[in-house]
Amino acid sequence: MNIIVCVKRVPDTETRVRVGDDGVSIDPSGVKHVLSPYDEFAVEAALRLREGAGSGEVAVVTLGDDSSQETLRSALAMGADRAVLLKGEVSHDGLATAKALAAEIGEADAPLVLCGVKAADDDQQQVGPMLATLLGRPCATAVSSFELADGTVRCRSEVEGGTALFELPLPAVLTITKGEYEPRYASLKGIMAAKRKPLEVKDAAASPSRLKVETMELPPERAAGRIVGEGADAVPELVRLLREEANVL
Amino acid sequence: MKILAVVEQREGALRGVSTEVVTAGAELASVAGGEVDALLLGAPDVASLASPLGEAGAARVLVAAHEALAGYHPDGYAALVSEAVRDGGYELVLFAATSQGKDLAPRVAAQLDVPLAQDITGLSVTEGVLRFVRPVYAGKAFTRITIEGAPALATLRPNVFQGSAEAGAGEVVELSTAVDPTGWPTQVVWFEAAGCDIPDVAEASVVVAGGRGMKDPEHWHLLEDLRAALGNAAGLGASRAVVDAGWRPHGEQVGQTGKTVAPRLYFAVGISGAIQHLAGMRTAGTIVAVNRDPDAPIFKVADYGIVGDLFEVLPRLTEEVTKLRAGS
Ligand SMILES: Cc1cc2nc3c(=O)[nH]c(=O)nc-3n(C[C@H](O)[C@H](O)[C@H](O)COP(=O)(O)OP(=O)(O)OC[C@H]3O[C@@H](n4cnc5c(N)ncnc54)[C@H](O)[C@@H]3O)c2cc1C
Ligand SMILES: Nc1ncnc2c1ncn2[C@@H]1O[C@H](COP(=O)(O)O)[C@@H](O)[C@H]1O
Repeated sequence: MNIIVCVKRVPDTETRVRVGDDGVSIDPSGVKHVLSPYDEFAVEAALRLREGAGSGEVAVVTLGDDSSQETLRSALAMGADRAVLLKGEVSHDGLATAKALAAEIGEADAPLVLCGVKAADDDQQQVGPMLATLLGRPCATAVSSFELADGTVRCRSEVEGGTALFELPLPAVLTITKGEYEPRYASLKGIMAAKRKPLEVKDAAASPSRLKVETMELPPERAAGRIVGEGADAVPELVRLLREEANVL
Repeated sequence: MKILAVVEQREGALRGVSTEVVTAGAELASVAGGEVDALLLGAPDVASLASPLGEAGAARVLVAAHEALAGYHPDGYAALVSEAVRDGGYELVLFAATSQGKDLAPRVAAQLDVPLAQDITGLSVTEGVLRFVRPVYAGKAFTRITIEGAPALATLRPNVFQGSAEAGAGEVVELSTAVDPTGWPTQVVWFEAAGCDIPDVAEASVVVAGGRGMKDPEHWHLLEDLRAALGNAAGLGASRAVVDAGWRPHGEQVGQTGKTVAPRLYFAVGISGAIQHLAGMRTAGTIVAVNRDPDAPIFKVADYGIVGDLFEVLPRLTEEVTKLRAGS
C-alpha cells in the first residue's frame, strides 16, 4: 500500500527565537532547520508499515521553498522512496496549506496519508483534519498507534484523561503524535541513497493566506524569581509566599 | 456581533472550559455589541446542562440531542456545527482548545472554507476588527493576527480566559437538523479513561510536574501526594526525559513535543528547565522550582525556588500544604 507523508521544514526546537526585521516572522539568521519532530514520527510510522507489508511506497510531500529540499532529503535518508516539493508560500493559514496539499494528493493512489499532529513552528494543529475534509476522507488526530485491517485503519488517539479508539475506512488521513514511533536515525548508507532518490519540484496550487500576522513579539520576560532558601527548612516560607504574596494557595 | 461558543460535555457533565469559552464570547459581545449563543451537543437529555451556560453569559443554548451524539463523534459533530454556524449567520465561532476542540474546529473551518486560529490566548475587537493572540514556536513568541472572511474561527486555550460576564437568558433552542449517523464513516469504538479522575495536565489549574531528578518511577507517589494535597483541580505533568524513559505516559508530557500548559500554579520538581520544557509552561501564573542544582535553568523562570534535595523537600511541602488547606 502506498503512503503519503506530509512534512514541514521548521526551526530546530533548540532555537532561541528572535523577531526579524519585518516584525512578523522570526529572524532566520543562525537558525538551524529540521524536519518537524511530529513529522519524523509520521515518517517512522509509514516506514514501519511498509516494512511490515514488504511492499508499497512511502512518498513525502512538502509545501515550501527550495530550502525544503534539504528537509525532504532527511526523510528520504530515513527511508522514504520519493519526494515532492510544492513550491509556494508557507503561511500561518493552515487551510491555504491544506489546499495546496489536497491539490497534489487528490486522486493519488495512496490509501493512507499521514501528517504530524502539529508543526513545531506555527503550532496550528490543523492541516491534517483540514486536508482530510478537503479530500472527503475520514480522519483521526493525535494518533499514538494504529493498525490496518481489512480496508480499515484502527487508531488510538490521545485525548484528555484517556485514549479513544477509532476505526476509519480507507482511504484515510491520520495525524501522528509521539506514541510508539520513536524515529530512527538515518544511516550513512541511507544518507548516500537519499541523494539518488527522486525529488520532484513543481509549483504549488496557489491559495493566498487569509490569516494575517500583524505583529510577532517575544513573550514578556518573566521577572527574575527568587530562591526562597535551601532544603526542607525553606518550605514554610515558600508556602507563606504562595499564599500571601502570589495568592495561589 | 453574533458569536457562537461550541461547548463540550463528557459523559453528561459539562467540561469546565466550556463556561470559559461562553464567558469569553459574552465579554467580547458586551464590548462589540451583540450576543453569544452556546452550542451543546450530546445525549437525549443533554439540555439539562443548559443553565450554567446561561449563567456564563449565553443568550441562547442551541441543543442537538441524540443518542449518537452522546460522545464526541468527529464526522457527526463537524457536520452539525458547520450547519449551525451557517444557519445562525455567526461572525465569530469559539471552541475550547482541548483535544476535542482542536480536532473539531479544523474540520468545521474546512467545511466553511474559512481560516482558523488554534489555541489562542487573547481575543479583542476594536472598531469592528477582531484580533487574536496566538503563541507560536511553542510559546517562544506570540503573534497578533487577523482573519479575513467570516465567520472567524478560534479555539481558546484552557485556563487563560478567566473573565466574567453578566448572565444571559440561556433560552434553550432545539436544533432542527436531522441527525443521521449512517452517513458518518468513522466508527468510534471506545473511549478508555486513563484509570484516574484527576484533570488532564493541559486543563488543570495547578500542575505538579516531575523530571529525571525523581530518579525512579516508584517515587512518583511523592508527587501524587502533593498533587492530592493541592486539591481536585491539580494535575500531574512530566518532562520528556521521564516520558521517554517510560516512567510516565506521553499524555503528561509538558513542552514543545508535549502539551503547552497555562495553570495558575506550576511546580517543577527535579526538572532542569531545558528550552523545550520551558516552552510548554512559561505562561504559567506562578512557577515554583525544586532542584538541587542552584544553576539549573529552571530557576531563571521560576518565581520561587528551593535549592535542595527533592526527597526532603517534597514530603515537607505536602505536609505544609495539607496543614494550610485543613486550616482554611
Ligand atoms: C526535538 C526535541 C523536543 C523536546 N521536547 C521536549 C518536551 O516537550 N518536554 C521536555 O520536557 N523536554 C523536551 N525535550 C528534551 C529536553 O531537551 C530535555 O532533555 C528534558 O527536558 C530534560 O528532562 P529533565 O529536566 O527531567 O532531566 P534532566 O535535564 O536530566 O534534569 C534533571 C534535574 O533534576 C535535578 N535533580 C537530580 N536529583 C535531584 C534531587 N535529588 N533533588 C532535586 N533535584 C534533583 C538535577 O539537578 C537536574 O536539574 C526535547 C528535546 C528535543 C531534542
Ligand atoms: N508546508 C507544509 N508542507 C507539508 N505539510 C505540512 C506543511 N505544513 C503543515 N504540514 C503538515 O500538517 C501537520 C500539522 O501542521 P500545522 O497544522 O501547521 O500545525 C504537519 O505536521 C505536517 O504533517
